[in-house]
Amino acid sequence: MNKLKKVFWEPVFNNNPIIGQILGICSALAVTSKLETSMVMSLAVIFVIAFSNLSISLIRKHIPGSIRILIEMTIIASLVIIADQLIKAFAYDVSKQLSVYVGLIITNCILMGRAEAFALKEPPLKSFLDGIGNGIGYSLVLLIVGFTRELLGSGKVLGYSILRLETEGGWYVPNGLFLLAPSAFVLIGVLIWLLRTWKPKPVQED
Amino acid sequence: MSKETKTKTVAVALGVCLVCSVLVSSAAVSLKDKQEQNKQLDRLKNILVVGGLYSPKTDIGKVFQENIRPFIVDLEKGAVLPRERFDAVLNTDDFDIKKIASSPRYGMKIPADEDIAGIKRRPRYMIVYQVIQNGAVEKIILPVYGKGVWSTMYGFIALNNDLTTVEGFSFYDHGETPGLGGEVDNPRWKRSWVGKKVFDKGGNVVIEVLKGTVDPGSPKAAHQIDGLSGASLTTRGVDKLVRYWLGDDGYGPYLAKLRQEGKG
Repeated sequence: MNKLKKVFWEPVFNNNPIIGQILGICSALAVTSKLETSMVMSLAVIFVIAFSNLSISLIRKHIPGSIRILIEMTIIASLVIIADQLIKAFAYDVSKQLSVYVGLIITNCILMGRAEAFALKEPPLKSFLDGIGNGIGYSLVLLIVGFTRELLGSGKVLGYSILRLETEGGWYVPNGLFLLAPSAFVLIGVLIWLLRTWKPKPVQED
Repeated sequence: MSKETKTKTVAVALGVCLVCSVLVSSAAVSLKDKQEQNKQLDRLKNILVVGGLYSPKTDIGKVFQENIRPFIVDLEKGAVLPRERFDAVLNTDDFDIKKIASSPRYGMKIPADEDIAGIKRRPRYMIVYQVIQNGAVEKIILPVYGKGVWSTMYGFIALNNDLTTVEGFSFYDHGETPGLGGEVDNPRWKRSWVGKKVFDKGGNVVIEVLKGTVDPGSPKAAHQIDGLSGASLTTRGVDKLVRYWLGDDGYGPYLAKLRQEGKG
């Protein structure tokens, strides 16, 4: 039981995919200018990564080594299409904002990374938990970045005005930099710094 | 990992593909109706928003049915297309601009030197909506589209029944940078269009979206809209697409005809 817990919690903090393993940065830059899109993107990634890990682990003993990457890709791509279709059916407005980025989950390195590094070797339940853990770790960073960028960039959280903008009669002059992708780099950098201060990584000696 | 044989490799590959394709296609087929419904509803909602008939509590289908009357207009002749000429592609129920622009029969290529909106092809026929309130035509809503920085922007412009004053302007589909060009969705900016005059007394298109802000003292202020800061290219795109669609290649002939009928 303890082992399973560890599998689940490890990627949330200690070995977080974005700020620990430095994977999946691209999408973390693209969809985080608003909290709402970050949330839907997070759910989509949790769904895809959990089920891709599960299904790859289920058939891991039958996957021929020579085409394993192709098989992983096929499974991941199918799950991404299903997630995309679901979002289009049940959260249409958000799907319009996410546009191509849901499709780009396919190229998110976290998915292939976890499939290769974990699901190919470990049993289904463990892989499933590893998927959810990594998904949540990814989401955590996305939500923090999305929240900060929306608040400082447009004075809002989930579309509700928190800091009243100067242009609408308030006092806050929005910082446009936070709406651009580079600001996510800065924020993720700060998060990595905080994580490493809290939990220093064992120094590698060469 | 199992021992590899050629047969097994092929069998596993086929098996995985089969299962995946069944899953993907069943998701696509079973969710299609719901997605189409969303798209349709979203389009109707945007028409109501531009027509000033929308609030979050509105029953979109009902208000649309009661207050909006769609027509199809032959752009070159400026004439309304009679219902008998409707067919599977050309009709008011699911008028799809992209499909019609690309169809060889109902669309046409725009010569490069006239293509100021950067859209390459356009429909020969366009749908327009009349907003009916208390039995009278209050506004007309015209679909417009053109290239921004990253995307083709699709929207509507609503004109008062004097055919000159803007009553509403909004995009329903675009992929501009959120926070910069994406500010075309900013309610405040959209409101700044209301009350502007798109034509001068001679019927020439004079509306323009500036780079920078409008000087309220200028005699042209009634024809000018503030540009979006940090989004020069999107702003230029909006400027051009509005001019294109209101001009002679767009709704010009239709509006001219309406004006004549109004006077005669």
